[in-house]
Amino acid sequence: MIRPETLSQLTAAVPEARPSEFRGQTRVVVPRESLAAALKLLRDELKFDLLVDITCVDYLNYRDATDRFGLVYLLASTASNERVAIRVFLNEPELSVPSAVPLWEGANWMEREVWDMFGIVFEGHPDHRRILLPEGFEAHPLRKDYPVQGRGERHNLPVLTRKGS
Amino acid sequence: MAIDLPENVVIGKLDELASWCRKNSLWPMPFATACCGIELMATGASRHDLARFGAEVFRFSPRQCDLMIVAGRVVMKMMPVLQRIWQQMLEPKWCISMGACASTGGVFDTYSVVQGIDRFLPVDMYVPGCPPRPEQLIQSIIDLQDKIQHEGTITGKEFELPSRQMRKRALVELPVISVPQIGRTP
Repeated sequence: MIRPETLSQLTAAVPEARPSEFRGQTRVVVPRESLAAALKLLRDELKFDLLVDITCVDYLNYRDATDRFGLVYLLASTASNERVAIRVFLNEPELSVPSAVPLWEGANWMEREVWDMFGIVFEGHPDHRRILLPEGFEAHPLRKDYPVQGRGERHNLPVLTRKGS
Repeated sequence: MAIDLPENVVIGKLDELASWCRKNSLWPMPFATACCGIELMATGASRHDLARFGAEVFRFSPRQCDLMIVAGRVVMKMMPVLQRIWQQMLEPKWCISMGACASTGGVFDTYSVVQGIDRFLPVDMYVPGCPPRPEQLIQSIIDLQDKIQHEGTITGKEFELPSRQMRKRALVELPVISVPQIGRTP
């Protein structure tokens, strides 16, 4: 839940933001261009000091969906006990957003996980590597167009025999 | 033919004697990655008491072990680690694939889970179950002891046999499809 004056401050500073409410939860859809300004405002002016999570949703073949990816930032304020979800819709080929690591240090591994699983690029990330899958893995497996059993990566490993070991 | 021997002298083949020594002092290397590892711990603990079969000395250093028990699912990222541990173990060495996941991938038929460690490693004994009971693991160790006694030689010639080199699972392996490059680390 977010206080009305907080929300009006956000919409005044970022006029493209589209807030909505669902079961007492406030979410704000922000265009990609004004994401950096919105996050900075939320942290510095509105005191959202805790980044709870960064995650992503692939809306491929989802009914009534117009965009491919929805990148979600879950923010909380420990001072005023407010919570808000910031959502950015992304489409290929522009799958990059500015990194949130300068604002919240904890964004580091979360952004690496989103890069690993969905292939969203975070510009300015200090350590832009995969976090879960091995180096050299080329796909992003949580995308809906990736087969569940993979594309043969799990069979592509060296084989040891009795003689060779 | 009567040979006059003192009663504390026994004559046997050196191969059998070496195998008898080896089979009764297996030192397991617990490679426990999932719930099978809990059963593996229970096997070594007091109720089931693996010490009755001379295999109670679990060592976490591969250089002190000769029996690797792979208990649990192995993912692609873990496979090089597993292979390195296997290579660090001293000859003669054996491998038990414990549980459905280690043997076949189990229910984890996903992109990152290896569908049976025997695709990439030599395995001597498979234990079915999800997870297997400690009794099943003890049975597999008894069977492995039988195998060592019957096949073992002092020089380890049995490991050179063509039947031990064969990769049984390679026949049913899926072909490696060339992976199109979707994204790369910038």
